[in-house]
Amino acid sequence: MSMKEKLTEILKENSRLSNEDISKMLGVSEQEVKDMIKELEDGKIILKYSAVVNEELLEDDTVTAFIELKVTPERDKGFDSLGERLQKFPEVKSVYLMSGGYDLLVVIEGSSLKNIAAFVSSKLSTIDRIISTATHFQLKKYKENGVVMGAMAQEGSQRLNLSY
Amino acid sequence: MKELSSKLKQVKPSGIRKFFDLVLNSKDVISLGVGEPDFPTPWQITEQGIFHLEKGHTSYTSNMGLLDLRKEISKYLKKFFNADYNPQDEVMITVGVSAGLDMAFRTLLDPGDEIIIPAPGYVCYEPLAFLTGANPVMVDTREDGMFLTSDTLEKHVTSKTKAVLISYPSNPSGKMISKEQLVDIIETCKKHDLWLISDEVYGDMVYDIEPISASTYVKDRLILLNGFSKNYAMTGWRIGYVACPKEVLDEMVKIQQYNVLCAPIMSQYAAIEALRNGRSELERMRDSYELRRNFFYEGLKEIGFDVEKPEGAFYMFPSIKKFGMSAEDFAMRLLKEGRVAVVPGNAFGEMIDDHVRCCYACSMDELKEALARIKKFIDSL
Repeated sequence: MSMKEKLTEILKENSRLSNEDISKMLGVSEQEVKDMIKELEDGKIILKYSAVVNEELLEDDTVTAFIELKVTPERDKGFDSLGERLQKFPEVKSVYLMSGGYDLLVVIEGSSLKNIAAFVSSKLSTIDRIISTATHFQLKKYKENGVVMGAMAQEGSQRLNLSY
Repeated sequence: MKELSSKLKQVKPSGIRKFFDLVLNSKDVISLGVGEPDFPTPWQITEQGIFHLEKGHTSYTSNMGLLDLRKEISKYLKKFFNADYNPQDEVMITVGVSAGLDMAFRTLLDPGDEIIIPAPGYVCYEPLAFLTGANPVMVDTREDGMFLTSDTLEKHVTSKTKAVLISYPSNPSGKMISKEQLVDIIETCKKHDLWLISDEVYGDMVYDIEPISASTYVKDRLILLNGFSKNYAMTGWRIGYVACPKEVLDEMVKIQQYNVLCAPIMSQYAAIEALRNGRSELERMRDSYELRRNFFYEGLKEIGFDVEKPEGAFYMFPSIKKFGMSAEDFAMRLLKEGRVAVVPGNAFGEMIDDHVRCCYACSMDELKEALARIKKFIDSL
């Protein structure tokens, strides 16, 4: 693994570590860490730093839906122009082009079920090139971005405090 | 009542038992006293164990262990160390490396024999060797950078010496022996016709260097011990192995036959999966320990510890000599005043009273907090 890859792995796991901590982990100077991070940010390799939140514990009522879209591709542009258009909606968290039974997968966050239903019927279904939609609501998160959620997340390690 | 075994009574109930009990019952303590990985077993390995449980594979296996597992071990030793061991009669699956050690001692040693054991070293070597009636000769390696050198070995060989035990990377020091030093030790063993026991349980957990094994350089007088506990985070599965010449194993298997019979079958199946498909997980864990090693080493140095950068395992073994107290006093005070648990060096050889073992297989948050607490404690001295 290159130094830059190691650095991105560390930041993906915990972006709140200080440059000093990271420099010790990688065995390079703090300045080098700073420079590498700047390079990764400038090169748009690192786009932002965010937290993985267990919304269940926050008692957040946000609703998440996964919407499958079947789409007529556009001449020359394929699915790109629609994909780029969809990502502009603030409700849209992620957009993926998929292989298989449908074309685009759109992840939407809304404050209620009704809210999302309204978004799908008024914003998505009305776009010409969208042939059909299928909306799936997320019921529970077990794991996100490699982090275990829910009851299992509370379970601590069973290691003894002392062993040889 | 008649007396219990007098031999067993002579085995010290680890002088630091009191300290251990205290740590085990302490709350709000950050423990660097752990001797195992902080990862759960990689799921694909666990899943394989569950699969075989569900299929009802809950019987004994042969004393030697599942042939498929022995074949995988044989392939591993060939691939990484160019060592040739016949899976049929030169590899045996054991209940962890500890059971392998016990059997190796009992196979080789008679009462009165001497076995040379470098200190510091893993806690069970001395008592297990002693229980055979042999005399464990503990050799202080602190002056040599925690390695057994061939010169030091030479000085301790007597007409009664029958075997030498080495274990690198070392628990507790994390130090790794160089290829040249290893070859020198093997030459010394040949010269004096000594058996060599090599405990390589941390063998794959090395940083900056390639893993090495005694099995690359010698076979006829080597008893190689290894296992899955550390490399694959499988401590609770209790699975290890011994690889040695057929003539030795033919004897050793008798102990297994009349003792534990075999290692747990579901663990053996899980271990097959570890060797077949677990390498990337092993490397992922190793890379993670390496980052933490680097971090913790810099942290200890900043506080002012004299410490060598270890090449392997997940331990650091700083000297506490300059603080003017014994390892046990240091560990006790650090526990009570600093709320951090470490293991006093004398657990790993009575004379090692000036070092403590710190395990850095903890989360980064724990390591940072532990370093802050240690610094505060040291500043208060």
